[in-house]
Amino acid sequence: MLNQFFKVITSSIMKKFGMGVTGLLLCGFLVSHLLGNLLIFVGPQAFNTYAHTLVSNPLIYLAEAILLLIFLKHIGLAIKLTIENKMARPVKYYMTQATGRGSTFASSSMPVTGLIILVFVVLHILQFKFGAYYEETYDGVVMRDLYRLLIEFYQNPLNVAWYIFSMACVAVHVSHGFWSAFQSIGFNHPKYTPLLKCLAKLFALVVFCGFSSLPIYCYVQGAQ
Amino acid sequence: MSADEKLLTLNLKIWRQKDAKDKGQMVDYTLEGVSTDSSFLEMLDQLNEKLVGQGEEPVTFDHDCREGICGMCSLMINGQAHGPEKETTTCQLHMRSFNDGDTIVIEPWRARAFPVLKDLTVDRSAFDEIIMAGGYVNVNTGNAQDANEILIPKESADLAMDAAACIGCAACVASCKNASAMLFVGAKISQLALLPQGQVEAEQRAANMVAKMDELGFGNCTNEAECEASCPKGINISNIARMNKEFLKSAVKSKS
Ligand code: FES
Repeated sequence: MLNQFFKVITSSIMKKFGMGVTGLLLCGFLVSHLLGNLLIFVGPQAFNTYAHTLVSNPLIYLAEAILLLIFLKHIGLAIKLTIENKMARPVKYYMTQATGRGSTFASSSMPVTGLIILVFVVLHILQFKFGAYYEETYDGVVMRDLYRLLIEFYQNPLNVAWYIFSMACVAVHVSHGFWSAFQSIGFNHPKYTPLLKCLAKLFALVVFCGFSSLPIYCYVQGAQ
Repeated sequence: MSADEKLLTLNLKIWRQKDAKDKGQMVDYTLEGVSTDSSFLEMLDQLNEKLVGQGEEPVTFDHDCREGICGMCSLMINGQAHGPEKETTTCQLHMRSFNDGDTIVIEPWRARAFPVLKDLTVDRSAFDEIIMAGGYVNVNTGNAQDANEILIPKESADLAMDAAACIGCAACVASCKNASAMLFVGAKISQLALLPQGQVEAEQRAANMVAKMDELGFGNCTNEAECEASCPKGINISNIARMNKEFLKSAVKSKS
């Protein structure tokens, strides 16, 4: 029984399933993160209060731990799958040529965009979560002035450029990953799969434009 | 001979390998007077006649029906499984798809599970092993029952028929950058999963076939659909999704 269970969870299909599920959960994180960050447009007080409310809730540690686990699972599986896939063809072809009817730029660059996103996420956490600590008081409550850090950080156009480039990678990654996840968990429908593919592109566009607007706004705000 | 038949001179780059242990290498050949009306395999026959005439070893390649139905022919042609035409096996590919002076690179299928036996011939018995692991139904012997006794919805029959069109040529594995066999296994699981006759073994079939596929060292699908694009029978990747679903179902339901 245990043996059978082990066989199932280590099977190729369960690995794909895990990749799909964690990927979709990370898409969910992208949405919530974007919605929260859009408060930057409302103003420093709204944004800082939002960030303060988030981090002062004790459940944040649990949420962060779960998010970290999802990330690690996604990355771990990606590494495992990529190595296995390389091993499945030990002798390479002399010549390869895509048919033009199957793979896309997004689908064939998943490991590359994934790796860039990983570097971005690590830097992003170091730059902001563990970045310079300013304080601000609103209505008698002392809280971290993350807004100020953002404005300062994005005065450097290189930081803006790296951010936008990373978001382009995220967009390319989810434009394949989003619909692909449904395929991996066993959902393919003549009517809904084409819709999911469109939705994936739309989601990619929203993620790219939504996130990229933030550092640009900070850059412009700071220049004033 | 058709009215617009032309004769081509071709530069061929062909993988030559003496046996399974040999390292192998690409060898250049020039072949003149290839009719645009001949098939790709006839072009190779022509080359072989020439090689035999010169006292050289002919190029070994797989083929059987030469009608696009048996799945025996293979070949990576200019980096594409079964060559450039959509839904066409190598035996049904014609030299009119090429131009005079073209260089054509011809390689065997490449995958850990398909070792090269000689030149362009690979051992595809890994596919037989997967079928033996669950790609069958048990039937009662005795008189054949009335064909209309088992009701099958038209839609299921059509989908099962589409999946059953797979000729097992392994172009899906060859064209997949991960050397994954999931389109093949998906098609074989689907053709049985969709029909009432396939229900008896359904609980174990997907689990056993997938386990065998993994054990044989095929790669993991990353949903790029190059397999579907290269499949001479146009098998759809929705069959892979069905396999995934069947696998999950069999994992949940399995009693052991
Ligand atoms: S030789 Fe039979 S399908 Fe090509």
